[in-house]
Amino acid sequence: MSAVTTYAGPTMDISATKPTPFARLVRLELRKMVDTRAGLWLLVATGLVTALVLVIQLWVGVAQDLPLSMRSFMIGMNTPMGVFLPVLGIMAVTSEWGQRTALTTFALVPSRGQVMGSKFAAMMVVAVGALVIGLGLAAIANLLFSALYGADAVWNVGIGATAKYFLLHVIGMSTGFAFGTLLLNTPAAIVAYFVYSFVLPTIFGIGAALVGWIRDIQPWVDFSFAQTPLFDGSSMDGENWAQLGVSGLIWLVLPLVIGLWRVFRAEVK
Amino acid sequence: MITVDGLTRKYGAFTAVDNISFTCQPGQVTGFLGPNGAGKTTTMRIMVGLTAPTSGSVTIGGHRFTDIPNPGRHVGVLLDASAQHAGRTGREVLSLGAATMGLPKTRVDEILELVSLTPAESKRRVRNYSLGMRQRLGIAHALLGDPSVLILDEPANGLDPAGIRWMRGLLRGYAERGGTVLLSSHLLNEVELIADEMILIGNGRIVASGNKESLLAGNQSGTLAMSTDNARLTEALAARGLHATAAGAGLRVDAEPLQVGTIAAQNAIVLTDLRPAEGGLEDLFLELTADTQRETTPGPTAAELQGAHR
Repeated sequence: MSAVTTYAGPTMDISATKPTPFARLVRLELRKMVDTRAGLWLLVATGLVTALVLVIQLWVGVAQDLPLSMRSFMIGMNTPMGVFLPVLGIMAVTSEWGQRTALTTFALVPSRGQVMGSKFAAMMVVAVGALVIGLGLAAIANLLFSALYGADAVWNVGIGATAKYFLLHVIGMSTGFAFGTLLLNTPAAIVAYFVYSFVLPTIFGIGAALVGWIRDIQPWVDFSFAQTPLFDGSSMDGENWAQLGVSGLIWLVLPLVIGLWRVFRAEVK
Repeated sequence: MITVDGLTRKYGAFTAVDNISFTCQPGQVTGFLGPNGAGKTTTMRIMVGLTAPTSGSVTIGGHRFTDIPNPGRHVGVLLDASAQHAGRTGREVLSLGAATMGLPKTRVDEILELVSLTPAESKRRVRNYSLGMRQRLGIAHALLGDPSVLILDEPANGLDPAGIRWMRGLLRGYAERGGTVLLSSHLLNEVELIADEMILIGNGRIVASGNKESLLAGNQSGTLAMSTDNARLTEALAARGLHATAAGAGLRVDAEPLQVGTIAAQNAIVLTDLRPAEGGLEDLFLELTADTQRETTPGPTAAELQGAHR
């Protein structure tokens, strides 16, 4: 061990110490996502299941003589991505609390805003990485399909649709992050997220079919409903964007703000 | 130096820490001693900014912990050795810490050697660590950034006697090089062996503080003496106005060991044992924290327990 810093009087000289750079924290958060079996396998599983879905789609397409295109494969990929990425978003936050490593993390980086910010940034890096890999897998599937089907590959996805694909999944992952921040507990956040993303739209659907005023407010309060134009190929007009924004305020921004408020104020246990 | 000033932390109606003030000096090991739930951990958590105080303040070297840039380089913290991701290896835990502080990778090997964790052990996952190994890992983590202040909550918990001796040497050396060490424990003998200064806390309040000698000074409970002829010793003591009562195979005398020894020498009585009535510090500790102890009546005897099992 090197010598203890020389100690001059009761005050500690901190002038020579630089604050921890944000980029370093982001790198560390990325590392924390893959340095445990749970984290690593969740990423591997995301890739494998996405590939598997594409293979099944390809097989069914060839067997049943369906005219598949790049768009079909990207729609097929939405389901596994829509399940795994939010879970990654949740775990980016909650694993720290579940394993109580928050104690160590915040003792090394007392600024809770920096820690949460770096977690969010790391999650974004993972999201973009996963989505680019997903696009690559879909493109490979499309090429394979054209080879097996004996037709030219159809690349019917423009920049707008690709941007919407990114937006859709960044929203999904961020919503997971928000739920994780709100609940700080992996199982609870995952259950809450899937209730929100699978059960709630059904309830809204039934409600909208039976009750007039629910039908009127559904596009404004049902975040999943408001996201539909991001993947079904229809265009987004001004009202659609407004609905996405308003419902996003309820399901993404609000839980995130409450969660962050709690993280900033609460004791770290 | 750690300065705690009028620190209070309330949880609703419950006061976990009640207006406490003390300082920990550089070059010394300060022991923070108290029964479970006395407020030691809460105080230490406030020190490092994990818990907000209701009132009062803590400064470390004149700064609030949260104002210290890259605090791991200045203040080493171990709050709970079990609070590590069970799925990470010990080496990975330290590597993450070193990377956060911007330290070179070689620092991890240095520190592993310092806490006697072998390379093979460091590659095992923390899940498979014994409590003692976790404590070593936690101490290693606290020492990573070569800090000038150490805050350790129950660091000896789970260490075997050899481990406690090792830690004592480590912290002694650390303090001798000018470091400030605050360590907590609920076990008197751990603290007594390691600490220069002791702060006794019970029910959120500081009930006593000082070094071992000054703590005992107000609580001197006489001398235990044993000789080849206890009857003659009793007489000799009585001749000088000192009262002696039988205690086990020896005598308990209301006097300093020096007085008893002098009288025995003058009367050519062979002493086989002479010492201050020990357990003094333990008695003091229990007495001072009596209101806060859970065990107000003696527990069942071994025989009773055996009977209950039959």
